[in-house]
Amino acid sequence: MTVIQPRTQDVLQTTLENGLTVLLKPIPTAPVISHWIWYRVGSRDEPTGRTGISHWVEHMLFKGTPQFPAGVLDKAISRTGGYWNAFTYMDWTTYFETLPAEHIDLALRLEADRMVNALFDPKEVESERTVILSERQGYENEPLFLLGEEVQAAAFRVHPYHHEVIGDVADLERMTREDLYDHYRTYYRPNNAVLALAGAFDPEAILERIRRYFGDLEPGPEPPRLERPEPPQRGERRVEVRGPGETTFLQVAYRAPRGADPDFFPMLVLASLLTGPVNLNLFGSGITNHTSRLYQALVETRWAVGVGGSLSATVDPFLYWITITVHPQKDPDGLLRRLDEEILRLQEEGPLPEELERARKQAQALFAYGSESITNQAYWLGYSAMFADYDWFRSFLSRLQAVTADQVRQVARTYLQPHRRVVGVYLPTGGNHHG
Amino acid sequence: MGKPPVTALPGPEDIHRVELSNGIVVLARHHPHSASVVLRGVVFAGAYWDPLPKMGLAAFVASMLKRGTTRYTHREIYDLLESRGASLNFAAHFHTVGFGGQALAEDLPLLLELLAQTLRHPTFPPEEVEKRRDQILTSLDLQAQDPEAMAERTFDAILYRNHPYARPEEGFPETIQTITREDLVTFHARHYGPRHMILVVVGAVPPDDVVDLARRHLEDWQAPEQPEPPALPPVEPLPGTVRRFVPIPDKSQADIVLGVVGPSRRDPDYLPAALGNSILGRFGLMGRLGDVVREQAGLAYYVYSNLGAGLGPGPWEIHAGVAPDNVPRAIELIVQEIRRFVQEPVTEEELHDVKSGALGRLPLSLETNAGVASALLNMELYDLGLDYLQRYPDLVRGVTREAILETARRYWDPERLAIAVAGPEFPGGESWPQGAPTPAWFAQKAT
Repeated sequence: MTVIQPRTQDVLQTTLENGLTVLLKPIPTAPVISHWIWYRVGSRDEPTGRTGISHWVEHMLFKGTPQFPAGVLDKAISRTGGYWNAFTYMDWTTYFETLPAEHIDLALRLEADRMVNALFDPKEVESERTVILSERQGYENEPLFLLGEEVQAAAFRVHPYHHEVIGDVADLERMTREDLYDHYRTYYRPNNAVLALAGAFDPEAILERIRRYFGDLEPGPEPPRLERPEPPQRGERRVEVRGPGETTFLQVAYRAPRGADPDFFPMLVLASLLTGPVNLNLFGSGITNHTSRLYQALVETRWAVGVGGSLSATVDPFLYWITITVHPQKDPDGLLRRLDEEILRLQEEGPLPEELERARKQAQALFAYGSESITNQAYWLGYSAMFADYDWFRSFLSRLQAVTADQVRQVARTYLQPHRRVVGVYLPTGGNHHG
Repeated sequence: MGKPPVTALPGPEDIHRVELSNGIVVLARHHPHSASVVLRGVVFAGAYWDPLPKMGLAAFVASMLKRGTTRYTHREIYDLLESRGASLNFAAHFHTVGFGGQALAEDLPLLLELLAQTLRHPTFPPEEVEKRRDQILTSLDLQAQDPEAMAERTFDAILYRNHPYARPEEGFPETIQTITREDLVTFHARHYGPRHMILVVVGAVPPDDVVDLARRHLEDWQAPEQPEPPALPPVEPLPGTVRRFVPIPDKSQADIVLGVVGPSRRDPDYLPAALGNSILGRFGLMGRLGDVVREQAGLAYYVYSNLGAGLGPGPWEIHAGVAPDNVPRAIELIVQEIRRFVQEPVTEEELHDVKSGALGRLPLSLETNAGVASALLNMELYDLGLDYLQRYPDLVRGVTREAILETARRYWDPERLAIAVAGPEFPGGESWPQGAPTPAWFAQKAT
């Protein structure tokens, strides 16, 4: 069997005097560079009244600076043939550009510029308010968004993982330009950011240009953090959402270890054998899950028409989600009992050797697929730095290979406890017209 | 900066193209830096062949291929794939069933064996048929609640009217209910075969090995009864603007799909249309439409245009998701942009921008095995020639402002648009014809 070694020996890491962390990974195979800047700010930094502010700030960074007015920015990138985007998550906000290598200066210039010079024009703030409310309305069209939002809120009473990244309508309607600008000035600082580049460049030469564009940016005070750890959960929580449609969904969310926790790796294996391989790559397709235990136990028996799982590497402990599309002739309570039987069996007997072997091979394949895209390589450099460090990524495969059956059984016993979960049901109220 | 890497565009020098004795065209390109392989291709067994009372049949068949073959059960097929981290997928379109897969290089032999098994020898086990039927019915139920999907389906139906492109590939709950196992078996026997089939493999396997594997698993496939792909009837122009509203109560956002019939991919109009489309609703942040509807008016999170050119004249359409109250205003702004698009040529600067973008995007789109495989499949499927990517820069440079204006005028008429809206009630929506098309609607059109 070929073991794919991640090509990580050649990652260069350095910190500029202003605190900006720089990670560089030269990959000479295609004339492309992917440039990512990561800020340690997301919905976990949002107090009540300001929910959704990090995501809104992200939108405002596309609204121009004196040097790159709104509209000029998008066109400058598009003209090179490159593409760009930004993502706001619970723990971080990131902006990327993937460009033909000869245009890399454009990305460096504009990201250094908008780290400090974004305008937040009051008119643009107002027009973006309706755009974001419209984005939220689009999500609300999805039953699983409505259910997931309630499950997450029930799981976190105290911790700011309580609310969705998009924010609550009440706050989106009331936040002001000054709120947004304060948030921007507080968290958008070189000492709160990680710059990650992968692609066709010479590290020394590119570092010199990075220093030129980013080196003079002023560091700020260490940004404040909300220290609101979630207290222990003392019993199962249930939520119900009613809404249009014909389909019932069941969601079961267990508390999961944070990304840097040693338990995270056995948890990944556990998730992959229960609900299918966990694809942590940002882009690219995954692998199907028909051999997973819950697919076999629930879909093959026609209790469900679909099942999936999700586990993310987060800064604080988050959730392992199991989402089930209930068979139209079955009830969610009966389904939950079958799910519990499967989990109990795993807690008692542990995984089979071939299940462990499959999980390893799947992780290895996903890793290989992900390594083929330069954009994905640069993504991993910065992403792993958000909740751990690049060593986390470097050792990803070997730590996964080292997971034992006993560890998997242990995390199943620790984390998959009924009294440490939230059960959510989406009950459809009808509304489809057939014929 | 370091030395720029030398990477030639894929062309006749390094694309291996072999026609097997039964007509299957195999295209392969070696990528030695990669650890994996990507597979793409088509067979001509799409929804065109669906009988009206059984719309959704071709898609049902395609989704059953991995559910059991003469050699492997459903469970065994998925076990072989999943235990290696490999994937193999099928999706029915109007003309073709497309397939795609990915595996570590060492697993290509397995992937090709499974491809041949699933395409040639599916058994449609009765119990699997019922399980799959449940899943299709649930996905149709979900779709009926999805404003974007319903606006899209309704748009196709009113734009293409009695042309076969009007019909939804995924069918209706009623038609899916009537499909029997026998229907699946018969459809497969009649329409699956090597005629015009294309297989593309790109990645860490030498092309000679790819061709050997393809010969071993696919060259003895014969299906003399497989019909030739049919010639399509012409699409009749709309008598005027046609509107339709599909109410989906209790939703937060309405979706608009608006547009006309566009060129096919082989049409010489394609490239001017594609560059024009980029100016209209893609370049930068969703082109002119994004600028007017999202940036200036703040009406929508997304508004973009799309050129759906394929083997036949696909739609040239604009999508927008907006709050119900903003539907009339958004449509007004979009139609205003269409008028401008057919009245005056795009500016020099706009054309320069999109040309520059198209040329710069080329190496990016070919960065991964999947990107190269898609490019190779397009070359073959649309007769573009193996040197297409090498000729592409000159083709792009040759497009003029006048050509874009002429092309825009050939397809867009602001007085003859299909406009579909799905979602909550919106101001004025009560006066629009209402409801999603049904099987009866299509049966009536056909007579």
